Amino acid sequence: MTMTATTPTRRFTLGNALPALTGVGTLVGFFVIVELLIQTGALNRFIVPPPSEIIASFPRIIVEEDVLGRFVLTLTECLTAGIMLTVVGVTGGVLMQRFKLLQQACETWVAALASAPVVLCYPLFMVIFGRNAWTIIMMGFVAGLPPVILKTLEGISGTRKVLVNVGRSFNLTPSQQFWKILFPAALPTIFVGIRLGLIFALINVVGVEFLINFGGLGQLINELAERYDLAGTYAAICFVVLVSVLFFMAVEKAERWLTRAE
Amino acid sequence: MTAPAPQPANNDILVVDDVVVRFDTPDGTVTAVDHVSFGVRPGEFLSVIGPSGCGKSTLFNVIGGLLGHTEGVVSVAGVTINGPHQSIGMVFQEESTFPWRSVTDNVAFPLELVGMPKAQRIERARHFISLVGLDGFENRYPNELSGGMRQRVSLARTLASEPKILLMDEPFAALDEQTRLLLGDKVLQIQQQLEQTTLLITHNITEAVQMSDRILVMTYRPGKVKRIVDIDLPRPRTSEIVGSEAFGRYVAQIWADLREEASRGMRDEEDHMMHHHAGGAS
Repeated sequence: MTMTATTPTRRFTLGNALPALTGVGTLVGFFVIVELLIQTGALNRFIVPPPSEIIASFPRIIVEEDVLGRFVLTLTECLTAGIMLTVVGVTGGVLMQRFKLLQQACETWVAALASAPVVLCYPLFMVIFGRNAWTIIMMGFVAGLPPVILKTLEGISGTRKVLVNVGRSFNLTPSQQFWKILFPAALPTIFVGIRLGLIFALINVVGVEFLINFGGLGQLINELAERYDLAGTYAAICFVVLVSVLFFMAVEKAERWLTRAE
Repeated sequence: MTAPAPQPANNDILVVDDVVVRFDTPDGTVTAVDHVSFGVRPGEFLSVIGPSGCGKSTLFNVIGGLLGHTEGVVSVAGVTINGPHQSIGMVFQEESTFPWRSVTDNVAFPLELVGMPKAQRIERARHFISLVGLDGFENRYPNELSGGMRQRVSLARTLASEPKILLMDEPFAALDEQTRLLLGDKVLQIQQQLEQTTLLITHNITEAVQMSDRILVMTYRPGKVKRIVDIDLPRPRTSEIVGSEAFGRYVAQIWADLREEASRGMRDEEDHMMHHHAGGAS
């Protein structure tokens, strides 16, 4: 019955790279089709700018519009909101799981908050925090908080009973039971909540930058749109997508590190 | 070959004395375990067998300290157990490895709890991984293993805590028959090698006869000790013994005891369903 195995090693092969290549290929194909539709007149170039013009506008918005500085500002606001909603959201979810009264009292309205258009409250946040980055950060934070709380609650409550019983059979203290069983078991679900929270935070950060005209990529998109610089507007949107991609890569790395590392 | 249910003897390492477990249900109080008494000798392999609903798993949880009992005493080496205890190691029916830990880290879990230095606990964990025949899989994660292999990881993790008593609740129930027989061989080999006192809860007669020194047969609800059967088959044993004539006689004898209880359970379940539907219809 003795069995042996070798640890699998990941080598770069065409097969491994195929999904990524297909993804990039699909995107490139989409842009080529849009370009052709615009060049042939099937799409109005004054509504949708040709992808070639968007690409050509990158150097201009980098040099003339300080896009990198704005990118860093938006990234910093998102990062701050992300850290805050992770810390507060996970703690909130844990507390709600631990104290049933709190869960019964708050779960419904936290869920309701998740679908509420929080962005409309921006005047209130401006009154409280002033016309500065904190208004934007707090809007992102509040908008992203509910999914983190709810998914943390779901993850911890949904830990398989047998794993809890294994912990009990080893006579774990409540603290050990939480850190060694409940929390690691809930981590994949908690990360789903963090991803959702970051999406909501990013949407709100850029949206409020756009609305209050304070700074960052949102303000740039607003200004370029008002100047009817469509190619520049879409190029700036690409930087928002880049912020999103960076965040998701960071979250994925953190998840791998936390769920696999000892 | 058979004997009436005896009272625990003085040299028993595990004593279950007059244990009663009752549950309050919407239909009234149900007695799941009714005045059950037995003892397990050091190094012995005892199986508890009974039909579904006889209180086997309730008894498992009571002995493991996961469930309080209404009356009676459970003690290990003279010490009364009132909750989970380090002298009892439990292996569960459901898949219970930690998916976020590698095989080594799963097995080293109880050693980590007692504060053993990392290098030492990895070495110790590897010993138990080797014992259950999983050399080479130390760095794999549970999702990379088969169901039988994961159950062996659970067994190794429990053995690593070096319990006085190994308590197993239908550990092979979710596995196919061939894997079940081979894993039975592995458990027997380990039990004989370590002289590990083992209590197996099962509903599988073949598994019980293959591995046990004695088999405790339980009645259908309320769960009482119906009979304790001494299994006088030669040791060391392997799954090859299932082909022997003596093995067949033991299986037939235990089935004769169980059939009556299982039939009672089936009738009870049918009556329950009938009343349930009648109640629903009216």
